[in-house]
Amino acid sequence: MARYDSLLDALGDTPLVGLPRLSPAENVRLWAKLEDRNPTGSIKDRPALAMIETAEREGRLRPGSTILEPTSGNTGISLAMAARLKGYRLVCVMPENTSPERRQLLTAYGAEIISSPAAGGSNMAVALAKQLAAANPDWVMLYQYGNQANAAAHYRTTGPEILRDLPTVTHFVAGLGTTGTLVGVGRYLREHKPDVQIIAAEPRYGELVYGLRNLDEGFVPELYDPEVLTGRFSVGSRDALRRTRQLLAEEGIFAGISTGAVLHAALAVAEKAAGTGEQADVVFVVADAGWKYLSTGAYGGDLDQAAERLEGQLWA
Amino acid sequence: MAVTVSIPTILRTHTGGEKSVEASGTTLAELIDDLESRHSGLKDRLVKNGNLHRFVNVYVNDEDVRFAGGLTAPVNDGDNVTILPAVAGGMR
Repeated sequence: MARYDSLLDALGDTPLVGLPRLSPAENVRLWAKLEDRNPTGSIKDRPALAMIETAEREGRLRPGSTILEPTSGNTGISLAMAARLKGYRLVCVMPENTSPERRQLLTAYGAEIISSPAAGGSNMAVALAKQLAAANPDWVMLYQYGNQANAAAHYRTTGPEILRDLPTVTHFVAGLGTTGTLVGVGRYLREHKPDVQIIAAEPRYGELVYGLRNLDEGFVPELYDPEVLTGRFSVGSRDALRRTRQLLAEEGIFAGISTGAVLHAALAVAEKAAGTGEQADVVFVVADAGWKYLSTGAYGGDLDQAAERLEGQLWA
Repeated sequence: MAVTVSIPTILRTHTGGEKSVEASGTTLAELIDDLESRHSGLKDRLVKNGNLHRFVNVYVNDEDVRFAGGLTAPVNDGDNVTILPAVAGGMR
């Protein structure tokens, strides 16, 4: 059945597709969970809708309310669509060095954007949003980094979909971000498969993003539960870009750049398994498609030049 | 051969501005002690109460050492070690 009463009802139940060309061995298989097949084209539709509906049930959100959220893009786009359909105003705080497509989409959906300095990265956007929330007590900050409804959405939907479609799953690999995907899916899978490996891939940005960071002001999302993870990779922009192109060239999947970083980690664990001769079914998340990143020049031309252009941008 | 260690901007005051330095050791703890002997003050920024500082991430060949034994994680000649401040990162 693929008929829905509204766009919001068309959320989730995304395809899990095998990658026969990229899988390193007959018994070590890679599987891509295509989260770009969600209403606004990213995995963030799941937590965004869950956070809004939870706030509605708790009475925090009422018709006409203003939602505030620090977001570098996809969560904002998901919230903007839902806010549009449900009649809320949305204010997004995002670093100024994010791709123009994300800003255009947010604006098209009617969201308002407050920019935070590029040099402060996402940490600064979070800090600024917290200040705005304190100054505007009637605004509702859903706060994806600490909102349990974020991880719960993945525990309730993404995790069960994966286990249903691939009962032999041995590894789950996803981007770190708010940690909601890894924590939610990880908890669900571990309950059913105690030995499952839960692997995080996090982007390693250029100097600009880390430059002014003070070690004592570090930021760990409140949702983060280190008990769930069994491994974590830091992937530079060149490797992320190389894998993004490889996924398109060899398997036909046109994914966003963060997916390249996730694939890099997925291939590392798959090759490790192939090396020791163990059977593995490695599921990784395609968080979004490449459309919003075309202006970065990521998909064509010289790899090193493209990687250099990405250095100062928040590409995930 | 030795281990190559990438130093984040915030810690380069200890390395005379160098982005990347060499060190040796068979574990991360030994590596940090060796770093400290040449770049005084670094260890204090990386290690708190016998553990890695909460907001510091250390990677051996891109893999986070916290899942590989922390300060007891093995390192080998030719490895690349990257030190980074914790940062909110990912699709949000």
